[in-house]
Amino acid sequence: MTVEVRETRRRQRIDTDEQPKGESLRRRSIRALLRHRSGMVGLVITLVLLVLALLAPAIAPYDELTMHAADRFHSPSATYLLGTDEFGRDILSRILIGARISFSVGFISVSIATALGVPIGLIAGYAGGWFDGVTMRFFDALLAFPAILLAIVIMAILGPGPFPAIMAIAIVNIPTFARLTRGNVFAEKEKDYVEAARAVGVRPRRIIFRTILPNVVSTQLVHMTVSAAAAILLEAALSYLGLGIPPPAPSWGSMVSIGQDYLRQAPWYGIFPGLAITSLVMGLYLLGDGLRDALDPRRQRLI
Amino acid sequence: MIPALLLVSMAVFMIIHLIPGDPAKNIAGPNATDEQLAALTRRFGLDKPLPVQYVTWLGNALRGDMGYSFINKYPVNTLIAQRVPATIELAFSAAIVAVLISFPLGILSALHPGSIFDFVTTLFSALSFGVPAFWVGIMLILLFGLQLRLLPPSGRPKFGEQPVQHLKSLIMPACTLGIALAAKLTRYLRSSMLDVLDQDYVRTARAKGLRERVVTLRHVLRNTLIPVITILGLQTGDLLSGAIIVESVFAWPGVGRLTLQAIGWRDYSLLQADVLYIVLAFMLINLLTDLVYGLVDPRIRYA
Repeated sequence: MTVEVRETRRRQRIDTDEQPKGESLRRRSIRALLRHRSGMVGLVITLVLLVLALLAPAIAPYDELTMHAADRFHSPSATYLLGTDEFGRDILSRILIGARISFSVGFISVSIATALGVPIGLIAGYAGGWFDGVTMRFFDALLAFPAILLAIVIMAILGPGPFPAIMAIAIVNIPTFARLTRGNVFAEKEKDYVEAARAVGVRPRRIIFRTILPNVVSTQLVHMTVSAAAAILLEAALSYLGLGIPPPAPSWGSMVSIGQDYLRQAPWYGIFPGLAITSLVMGLYLLGDGLRDALDPRRQRLI
Repeated sequence: MIPALLLVSMAVFMIIHLIPGDPAKNIAGPNATDEQLAALTRRFGLDKPLPVQYVTWLGNALRGDMGYSFINKYPVNTLIAQRVPATIELAFSAAIVAVLISFPLGILSALHPGSIFDFVTTLFSALSFGVPAFWVGIMLILLFGLQLRLLPPSGRPKFGEQPVQHLKSLIMPACTLGIALAAKLTRYLRSSMLDVLDQDYVRTARAKGLRERVVTLRHVLRNTLIPVITILGLQTGDLLSGAIIVESVFAWPGVGRLTLQAIGWRDYSLLQADVLYIVLAFMLINLLTDLVYGLVDPRIRYA
């Protein structure tokens, strides 16, 4: 075991103070999350929706694109549980397949934002100097745009589609990931264990990625969960505005948008996709909130 | 601030060049004649290198000359100015709605933690994070516009011609935009008030025998409101970005809807100016809030 790893472990033990013997920080956090009531509600909602999304092609009662011309605007019934749309497509099947879009956009865009934002934040925070100055001024300019406006402009440039939507949402999220990481690194790099690693001659790259990174991972995890919720909401908004993922793909946002045109004759068309967005975003948000409490040693005792 | 402003102006300038197609056509619109294209190329030096074009554009912009809409030949400034009152009216009314909801809810839940008010507050803030604003709007349209027929589902009649209809048409957009803000404000008000209730001067006030009502109104509430008002200011930026979506839901003729219409019309000079003005307003609001924050709380000083 290298010096800095041992140092990290020691540090974690101190931070969590009276840790029961033999219980790792990870197990302790998992137990704290399991006791967190609203966090568990969020976890269950998210997992149920994830399973539904994964199984969607198998459990969807109809093909999401098949048009049943005789059954246009069929109200919810035993045949079509959530009714049909203007082409007689089954809305339940479209919502189930749509869950795959929401999950993918949320997961991929946040992964990209993390993969780019976190290293930039780590380096900027640790090295400071011109790299810090240039990147942070650049991110200041990006943050000067309201998130939705920035995403709209990027979509106007790239054109509609799933890939542009993922890119736009990732770009909107990079500055916050970088800023958050940078702030964490500022706080960490003055601590004794980093000083110790530096004193024994560990190279900067190793200090940044092996010594500091493991100590800021938990904050990132929380931020990723909450950002995924926001990303899914943003995709829905873009698709609602007609700039995101275009029909016939069953994006929840564009379903609500078209549903609005037929609100009088088929109110269910606008209602159900909106409920789907709400439950997924709320589930992820509650999960993120629970994770925040469970991963914070100071709050663990309160749960 | 200055580097961010320069970077923002560069980003907005680049919109025209990043959108696929010939920049002259992008500015002039698809129906431009050859003479118009030639005039534009001369005016903006579109055959010159990008930095030269940027400086020319920035010079024009600083003199307030943002160009003409080639769809209807009006100066873009005129078109945008026509839309500003609607957006300000919407944002202002939404702020009032938010205060009317959040103040009673936040205060009651802080005074009675664990009570039914507290539960409603928690539920309200969790829900409002997941519910997309556009869907809230559509549900309001469904209920009050189509089912109960109490309010017009969209549009904005002129106040001078139909004052009652005008105010009626304002209710739903203002509530949609206000509800999202109310959730944040309630949560903040509750925690801020709980902090104040914990202060020594509150205990002193109670100890010297003041009635609970006097303690609440004179000692607690006053000190709670100072930071809350600042937060309200801080959220004005959020109102602005929320307006982009809400205006689209209700066909409210504001600046946000103009952004999307400009994209739909491919009127890119209009889009460019509109985005620039929104971002400048956004930055100005954030700056003002920072300054006001310093005035309200003397502990905060800006170098």
